[in-house]
Amino acid sequence: MPIFLDRDPFQELDRLQRQMDHLFQNIAGRERQPRRGGVYPLVNISEDADHLYVQAELPGVKPEDLDITLKDQHLVLRGERKIPAEENNVNYHRRERESGFFRQVLRLPAQVNPNKVEAAYQDGVLTIALARPEEVKPRQIEVKGA
Amino acid sequence: MTEQELKPKAKEEAPAKGERVRPGRVFIPAVDIFETPQALVLVADMPGVSGDQVTLDLKDNLLTIHGQVAPPSERETMLVQEYAIGDYYREFQVGELIDKDKIEASVKDGVLKLTLPKAERAKPRRIEVKSG
Repeated sequence: MPIFLDRDPFQELDRLQRQMDHLFQNIAGRERQPRRGGVYPLVNISEDADHLYVQAELPGVKPEDLDITLKDQHLVLRGERKIPAEENNVNYHRRERESGFFRQVLRLPAQVNPNKVEAAYQDGVLTIALARPEEVKPRQIEVKGA
Repeated sequence: MTEQELKPKAKEEAPAKGERVRPGRVFIPAVDIFETPQALVLVADMPGVSGDQVTLDLKDNLLTIHGQVAPPSERETMLVQEYAIGDYYREFQVGELIDKDKIEASVKDGVLKLTLPKAERAKPRRIEVKSG
């Protein structure tokens, strides 16, 4: 029996997860824990009245190695993190940083104007600002006195 | 080069050392450390940290790295949080003798690179005897 008729089951799960997180956050009074697993890069999504912001930590990734596309409410982050090889006569003591490819597909939790998207990369953090369409922006409603 | 897909990693929290003045969480940055004939080089991933927010200290062979990250804007409401935001802190015992005056550090795209040149071995000194 289909439970989710016209809904994306993953988005439903996401929504559930967020509600659960919210619940726990209220109980514990602290920031919610990052979800386990997932796809690189991990993202944070926030909003204000005019924008939706998608942020990802991509230290050492060159902006030219990043490919961002937006299609039908789906934001795709693709790219490669390269770690330049050192000279031959080096001796590694620790190697924790990793290089490789990534591809992250995000379903945006709100409507955005596809013509008003800006991406900035600073100090290894990518910030994509997606403007909300005019018609869905929250509007202040004035209360008229009698 | 092998084509490898990157896997996400949750940040590891740094062990608490005393009470901090600033509130917030502290994480351990991932590092590469390698040695060349001339120097010890440390590379650390510290996304969100700019050059003027890094504090480095080398005292009695204990190297300390601290990177401060600005807290997220209060005006925004977090909808989905997959990664946590906080400072970076890590300590290392440096075995080699380091020439402290020649340490070089740079931060680019959230990656700190620290070059610690090895101190030249104590050279045999010749003591000149002045004739009076």
